[in-house]
Amino acid sequence: MEFRNLKLTKKTTFVIWVLIIAFIIAAPSILPVFRLNLLGRYLSLAIVALGVDLIWGFTGLLSLGQGIFFALGGYCAAMYLQITSSSEFPNNIPEFFGLYGVDNLPFFWEPFRSPIFSLFAIWVIPALVAGILGFLVFRNRIKGVYFSILTQAALLVFFNFFNGQQKLINGTNGLKTDVTQLFGQMVGSESIQRMFFWFTALLVIAAWFFSKWVVKGRFGNILIGIRDDEPRVRFTGYNPVLFKTIIFSIAGGLAGISGALYTVQSGIVSPQFMTVPFSIEMVIWVAVGGRGTLLGAILGAVLINYAKSLVSEALPASWMFIQGGLFILVVTALPEGVLGWVQGEGPRNLLQRLGLKRKIETYPSLEIKNETEGLKNE
Amino acid sequence: MNKDTNSLLSLENISVSFEGFLALNDLNLCLKKGELRAVIGPNGAGKTTFLDVITGKVKPTKGDVFFKGKSLIGRKEHKIARLGVGRKFQSPRVFENLTVKENLEISVSTPKSPLNIINKKIKNDQLDEIEHLMKVINLSKKINSKAGALSHGQKQWLEIAMLLGQKPDLMLVDEPVAGLTDEETDLTADLLKSLSGDNTVVVIDHDMEFIRRLDSNVSVLNQGTVLCEGTMDTIQNDKKVIDVYLGRPEE
Repeated sequence: MEFRNLKLTKKTTFVIWVLIIAFIIAAPSILPVFRLNLLGRYLSLAIVALGVDLIWGFTGLLSLGQGIFFALGGYCAAMYLQITSSSEFPNNIPEFFGLYGVDNLPFFWEPFRSPIFSLFAIWVIPALVAGILGFLVFRNRIKGVYFSILTQAALLVFFNFFNGQQKLINGTNGLKTDVTQLFGQMVGSESIQRMFFWFTALLVIAAWFFSKWVVKGRFGNILIGIRDDEPRVRFTGYNPVLFKTIIFSIAGGLAGISGALYTVQSGIVSPQFMTVPFSIEMVIWVAVGGRGTLLGAILGAVLINYAKSLVSEALPASWMFIQGGLFILVVTALPEGVLGWVQGEGPRNLLQRLGLKRKIETYPSLEIKNETEGLKNE
Repeated sequence: MNKDTNSLLSLENISVSFEGFLALNDLNLCLKKGELRAVIGPNGAGKTTFLDVITGKVKPTKGDVFFKGKSLIGRKEHKIARLGVGRKFQSPRVFENLTVKENLEISVSTPKSPLNIINKKIKNDQLDEIEHLMKVINLSKKINSKAGALSHGQKQWLEIAMLLGQKPDLMLVDEPVAGLTDEETDLTADLLKSLSGDNTVVVIDHDMEFIRRLDSNVSVLNQGTVLCEGTMDTIQNDKKVIDVYLGRPEE
């Protein structure tokens, strides 16, 4: 796979951000509650997409298992909400335990009574799991397709395990959050959901700044170096295993935050978060938006999902075809994603084909003078 | 153990076998500090495997490698690089998506731990070093161009500069003039010559004119073992060498 590095110009980034922020601020007053909730969910998916861009767009690690970390974050949030809202149920434990005749709370639920612990667990647990999994894989120099297959296999293992644990986490039914209480109100209520929308919007922006900080400067350059020529990085004295483990762990943490926000806004977390297609979709959002651009990941996640819900309402069952077509279009015609196309020669070429713009007759970027000076002056 | 205190690198009875095929066969080689050494040999003689063994890419089936008195066997590539072994690859391997400056930043940055890299800004003396290196290879004007946009010769030189930026005690240079013009070849030979003395340099190549210009000791490899060592003149008059290498038309 050929990667070209896209650096969005400051101007483009600024314009896109102004649009995004203007839209976010306007959304609560122009969108009906239902749509606002959907937008909030899709904004939370933008955070997992940022992580996918960090590991795939920058470091070249195509993970098909981000759903693991996404779901872990979701479960952490749901467990906190369930345990703190279970006072009226028998034995003071979440209601579903009664269905399976469980009287005592499983030990790992206990710490989730603490809001502080839970707030940390949402991102620390997925980051730790990603770090451990990543370290074992990277230490053995598993990369490329083998890495992708391995992450997908890990995803299936987690999916099947969570599916089967009725007595621990309600198995395939998942944990509901919309009827739980937060700040004395129902989590599914309009005011709490509106708060989550703002919170998600802020966290998307924070996650973008954080990702930007990670990839700017030498650390990001070494990630790109690992993506393009890992042995060369090794022979320069860097240990790629550590760099890859760190970035994979960061992506895991972002996925956890994303999963928690998605859970509280959709009202339930279940092993469905760990199905194979969902994790592949995350990669598609980034591919369509433009990998290695960060902003493309956000746009891809939000716009594709929004389109998905609009299309599914109008033409049920047609979305899979559209999504497949979109992916093929990007792979064949827009290998750098939509943002890459806009940033590159795309719009100019399109205008030319439509006869709206004259062709350039020379190569303005060629520096004829410098080319020949090169080594000869030495 | 290493008896000769003058030697920077010594390979002792190194054998490498790839599924029964002996790429290196009982190879012995010793390098003094500050020496410039050329290694030549026909295709398949084991030249690149020889570098792979020193840099930790390939584990020898037998024998030991000592660098500054320490055995290198069993050490990871990046650890060996940090000990002071730098390597330039056969085809220029620079990071094409990064600029010339970013490439050099990666090479001069120390310490190379991820935490240092992400938390701290590059040090001022390292920036000075980059500026100096860019003057050496005459790419000061291209500081912010993508390395992928450089010409082949410029990439070769950038990679040599990256090697210098690592401040290695031992530089292993694999075919530095492949694909260069005659003029660039001469400049490269002069550059490598000027580096020896402060650095210990091993150059691998089959370009005879280039090797002659280096004016150094030459080791001839054949079938995984050192056939002959000496000055270019000694080598060229050696019967065995003529038989296996010089006598045959070059590939």
